Amino acid sequence: MIVQNSQTLLEVRGLCASVNGIEILKGLNFTVKRGEVHAIMGPNGSGKSTFAKVLAGHTAYQVTGGEVLFEGKNLLELVPEMRARAGVFLAFQYPIEIPGVGNSQFLRLAYNTVQAERGHDELDPLEFDDLVREKMKLLEMSPEFLERSVNEGFSGGEKKRNEILQMALLEPSLAILDETDSGLDIDALRVVSQGVNHLANKDNAIVLVTHYQRLLNYIVPDYVHVMSAGRIIRTGGKELALELEERGYDWIEAEAEATGAVS
Amino acid sequence: MSAVLQNLVNQPYKHGFVTDIASDVVAKGLSEDTIRLISAKKNEPEWLLEFRLKAFRHWLTMTEPEWANVKYPKIDFQAISYYSAPKPKAKLKSMDEVDPELLRTFEKLGVPMHERAALAGVAVDVIFDSVSVTTTYKAKLAEVGIIFGSISEAVQNHPELVKQYLGSVVPAADNYYAALNSAVFTDGSFCFIPKGVKCPMDLSTYFRINTQDTGQFERTLIVAEEGASVSYLEGCTAPQFDTNQLHAAVVELVALDNADIKYSTVQNWYAGDENGVGGIYNFVTKRGMCRGVNSRISWTQVETGSAITWKYPSCILLGDNSVGEFYSVAVTNHHQQADTGTKMIHIGKNTRSTIVSKGISAGQSSNSYRGLVKVMPTAGGARNYSQCDSMLVGDKCSANTFPYIQVRNQSAQVEHEASTSKIGEDQMFYFAQRGIGAEEAVSMIINGFCKDVFRQLPMEFAVEATKLLGFKLEGSVG
Repeated sequence: MIVQNSQTLLEVRGLCASVNGIEILKGLNFTVKRGEVHAIMGPNGSGKSTFAKVLAGHTAYQVTGGEVLFEGKNLLELVPEMRARAGVFLAFQYPIEIPGVGNSQFLRLAYNTVQAERGHDELDPLEFDDLVREKMKLLEMSPEFLERSVNEGFSGGEKKRNEILQMALLEPSLAILDETDSGLDIDALRVVSQGVNHLANKDNAIVLVTHYQRLLNYIVPDYVHVMSAGRIIRTGGKELALELEERGYDWIEAEAEATGAVS
Repeated sequence: MSAVLQNLVNQPYKHGFVTDIASDVVAKGLSEDTIRLISAKKNEPEWLLEFRLKAFRHWLTMTEPEWANVKYPKIDFQAISYYSAPKPKAKLKSMDEVDPELLRTFEKLGVPMHERAALAGVAVDVIFDSVSVTTTYKAKLAEVGIIFGSISEAVQNHPELVKQYLGSVVPAADNYYAALNSAVFTDGSFCFIPKGVKCPMDLSTYFRINTQDTGQFERTLIVAEEGASVSYLEGCTAPQFDTNQLHAAVVELVALDNADIKYSTVQNWYAGDENGVGGIYNFVTKRGMCRGVNSRISWTQVETGSAITWKYPSCILLGDNSVGEFYSVAVTNHHQQADTGTKMIHIGKNTRSTIVSKGISAGQSSNSYRGLVKVMPTAGGARNYSQCDSMLVGDKCSANTFPYIQVRNQSAQVEHEASTSKIGEDQMFYFAQRGIGAEEAVSMIINGFCKDVFRQLPMEFAVEATKLLGFKLEGSVG
């Protein structure tokens, strides 16, 4: 929701980043205020997922220019775990499997690490068990998930639920959901979306990175941005997503080129 | 690999220091005269000198084994000094009399012997460059008839027991390094648990290599009589040196009817620097014989050190219904090489064996599992389960599995499972994105990977092993 006089949570100015020497982000500008839901759309290879990973601090990407302020502070100087502790959360497009590490142990360590950073008390395994089971209900997850290794042998839908479960536990102020809708059947999409909507409030913000308008029927964005060739070339309301669904991206890229938004 | 991770993995060896103690070192070189000199210095009976000489003469006819998946320059056996003993200031009756410098060494290692013994109820038989300096809790153990001390003492005080069992599991001519050890061993531990006695505490030995260029040839012999049981812990650290040190120990375990021996090792010898210079060559022969019915021998090892590890703790399952177990974690980093595994020889009926091997390779290291499961025609109903898992950390290391299975009885069941996994940058990023730093992430992954083995360790050792692995591998991911 758009909140009057809301504080700016994230401010990205002229961000440039590359991977293996190839520039992917080419001067990206992006501002998010507390309470807002943003959708970033765009064709394959436009740099959407790269942007998500750069914000989270993935070591494979080098920032070559621009700045990112999170809650007014320079986010780029923080190592990935400090960004996470500061409240930046990335729901992964392909959550990785970690064999041998129990899901409940992992979730509790993550939870307690973030709690400690915020000056809150850590929870012992029993207290945490109560909390996590409560949160799992929200995502209609069976408690047997806790016994399994992190993401190991999970179906695509189970992995995505596990991501949103982590979001529910860590209560980030900025949640970036990287193609969370991909690989979900319609029921799973509904459950995951409900979970996200439940977590959205006036103090946090959500950035959805997606290819498809489908997700936006469930999580309604305040703003829709179109990315192309490493920049945001168009920003509109939720109706922009519907227009994209109908007309594709070509016309918008052509328009942008004509107006000089893309070099 | 990111710089942070690089730094973490390149932490220097923490136990690298040399204790300045006057050592009684025999001139370098190996001949019958050297052996006679060692034997005379130790005031040994004639039969033991004969045992040594026979082994030496056989050794001369043998050639160094080359089948292991390890590479190292030829060892010059004449450039090694075969005997080195710290000069005692007086005959030691209590801890107060131990060389304070020596005690400081143990402090640095984090092994305050007296405290450790008192707090943990562990009797520590400390081997310091080949000669036992002191033994604690001996009196208490003696009350129940347990003999625990150095093998040199046992040779003097219980020659009949040593003579009966020495070489009965690992014959003097068994292999190149065992023959060498049989010829020149200077000291080691001896443990005898008489019939029906359950050892009331874990027995522990801390080995430490100190004098540069001194080959280490420990000899350990553990005998559990009918119905006896014992848990034995062996832990090792060594100071940092620039020349390779040869370590060729022999460990023999004998379990009679219904006896139970559990032998646990945490090995952290100097592995060489990050370029692979220096480090210990650990060529060890460890073997247990389940001689009696229903006997059980269990090996648990956590191998983290040494430039080269060549080691196959094995079980000969002779008694019907006897059980052999091998639980191993072998970690290699930088340029370390490990070729380790086990042999389970099923001879008796309904004998069972379990092998769980976890190999972790990081840096440019090479880590091989080599195991033999052999079921003899006599071993009706024998069963074996083997599980060999490898984990690769980074992309310059290698892991190999060489399982040999020979089954000569149709009623036997042999199972083998293997897997290979990898800690990658993406796993580390996943942890980081949830607020978890690299050190904790690696330790969590490794502990998850090794938990089947750590579960087998005595509690205290398990904690030590967990820390050690974290320390060895922190940040080697990238």
